[in-house]
Amino acid sequence: MKVAGADLDDESVVQPRPGLTPSGLKVPPVVRAGDVAGSADAQIGEPGQYPFTRGIFPDGYRGRLWTMRQYSGFGTAEESNERYKFLLAQGQTGLSVALDLPTQCGLDPTDPMARSEVGKVGVSLSNLAEMEVLFNGIDLANISTSFTINGSAAMIFAMYVACADKKGVPRGKLTGTIQNDILKEYVARGTWIFPVRPSMRMIADSILYSNQESPRFNPISIAGAHMRDAGCTAVEEMAYTLANGLAYVDSVVARGGDVAKFAKRLSFFFYVHMDLFEEVAKFRAGRRIWARMIKERYGVNDEKAQMFRFGVVCGGSSLTAAQPYNNVVRVAIETCAAVMGGAQSIFTCAYDEAFQIPTESSAELALRTQQIIGYESGIARTVDPLGGSYFVEQLTDQTEAGIRELIAEIDAYGGAVKAIEDGWLQSRVARRALERKQDTDNRDRLVVGQNCFRRENQSEQPGELFHLDPNTSKTVTDRYQAVLDTRNNAEAQKTLRQLSDAARREQENIMPYMVDCCHAYATIGEMVACLKEQWGEFQEPVHL
Amino acid sequence: MNTTSNTGADTPLKGKRILVAKPGLDGHDVGAKVIALALRDAGANVIYTGLRKTPEYIARIAIDEDVDAVGLSILSGSHNELVTQTVAVLEQQGAGEIPVFVGGTIPADDRTAFLASGIRGVFTSEMPLADVISAIAKVLS
Repeated sequence: MKVAGADLDDESVVQPRPGLTPSGLKVPPVVRAGDVAGSADAQIGEPGQYPFTRGIFPDGYRGRLWTMRQYSGFGTAEESNERYKFLLAQGQTGLSVALDLPTQCGLDPTDPMARSEVGKVGVSLSNLAEMEVLFNGIDLANISTSFTINGSAAMIFAMYVACADKKGVPRGKLTGTIQNDILKEYVARGTWIFPVRPSMRMIADSILYSNQESPRFNPISIAGAHMRDAGCTAVEEMAYTLANGLAYVDSVVARGGDVAKFAKRLSFFFYVHMDLFEEVAKFRAGRRIWARMIKERYGVNDEKAQMFRFGVVCGGSSLTAAQPYNNVVRVAIETCAAVMGGAQSIFTCAYDEAFQIPTESSAELALRTQQIIGYESGIARTVDPLGGSYFVEQLTDQTEAGIRELIAEIDAYGGAVKAIEDGWLQSRVARRALERKQDTDNRDRLVVGQNCFRRENQSEQPGELFHLDPNTSKTVTDRYQAVLDTRNNAEAQKTLRQLSDAARREQENIMPYMVDCCHAYATIGEMVACLKEQWGEFQEPVHL
Repeated sequence: MNTTSNTGADTPLKGKRILVAKPGLDGHDVGAKVIALALRDAGANVIYTGLRKTPEYIARIAIDEDVDAVGLSILSGSHNELVTQTVAVLEQQGAGEIPVFVGGTIPADDRTAFLASGIRGVFTSEMPLADVISAIAKVLS
């Protein structure tokens, strides 16, 4: 489709709304010292000190660069294991496991709803036997592993603990993260299983259990990324994420947790889109607000508990299927924003990620992009290099004010849990998505190669296409059946009954029972079925 | 499920009943919701299913609600299976004449194949909404 008047060299292509960022923050043509109310040292603080505007470490990346962690996983456990070993051999420093939709929705590969989705958007992990294959030859004591899993996160975490037990790795040595953020699933990503309240209990239980059993592991990554991709602005992304963060803190406190302890292991996850300075300001403001909220709302003075640690993904809906190689440039700019914003880990999307699972070569280029920025550009030499810039400090202050306003609105509504149960937040995000789409269609938001500077008959896809092995579903299903046939079934059923009983007892932490289930090769689908009997299923509020 | 309509002036789809459905496990509902809102703004009476519906459920709603068109939104890579199944169930139920549209992350080769197999339109996220609406209006007029 041709966009009228948007051809190459078209002089009518002008920057729309030059005085505003995409979030609507004001950008003057020049910012001077007198314009910045918040530039006082007390407001910004020192790097590594409250309120952490300039970063959580005193020396930034001088001691160690961010973790380079590419989201990856597809097909069978063997195929994904092979891709992980390839990425590690190329210098990647952490693993990030993508799981298929049946696993994410708590369905075994033989479920009628699952059949056409096995191994498609991630690896299938229905039971411990699959995970043992996935991490074959990878030392869990010396690699940090992140799992993008939410509705069934507690079960995947239990499986990881059981896997470590099997391999003889002490639980205390495990490092990594489970996303485990159900609230944003109801808003944007859609892999919910249970209603909101029992899901919040399961998350609180997994946080408390992880703190005790594997204290170096992050049991939650409170994520704004998916809400951002679903339509939110940068300011809304940060505000809704922090509001969800407060809801998790409250729910863990309600189950007996001590904020001063468990807050040290909360982590966050965001998208970085294309407006460079708005993104930097978003991270600086988010870090400052979170530290202040932990201190002011919960009275916690331990600086480690106030630290806002986050990972990012560069790419997502900022990438285009039109002229896909342009995405390499976008991801590089976004990575610079993430670094200047002080991210702890970065995932750079491959240029073909807008329309397929990355090929080995596109995945390699994505990793090289952040290695070039990290090792060649000099960007990491000094901490918070934009700190003290009149413009960036002013934008950080504006972002903070915008975020606080939205959090106050959610507080007034009755908190994030209520806003999500009612579908209030979902409707709001959907309307924003429509606005973003209309802005793009109208060229109030410019996307090079898509709505301006297009070429007639331009390529929409690169030459190399990713092909999933067509036998994936059968391979996975056969092995699943073999596990059911060979396991000690009486033991598996016993552990499942105990899990059901624990779910019924409101005060009990259900995590140890899930670990027992995993050891007995009970499957994700079986565990979820047990819990659905006790807790029911989420009923999606479908408001438009 | 949610039904919604608009009685405004610029309404090329006025009086049309359109089902927007999410088959399979894919949780990406931005596109479905944006299209549902845009169809409503264009005058259609829009029924949105919400997430994770089976082809059987979608066909039943399409028939019970007597819709003029069905839109299937899929971004998980399972579009070939899910579209084929949904079309087959519609045909089995005697509703094979309802025009079916597909939206999502659909590679070019699959787009061509869908159109050849009788799908009336295939839309990706980068197509302007006005083009999507006019393509649907043309089929339904």
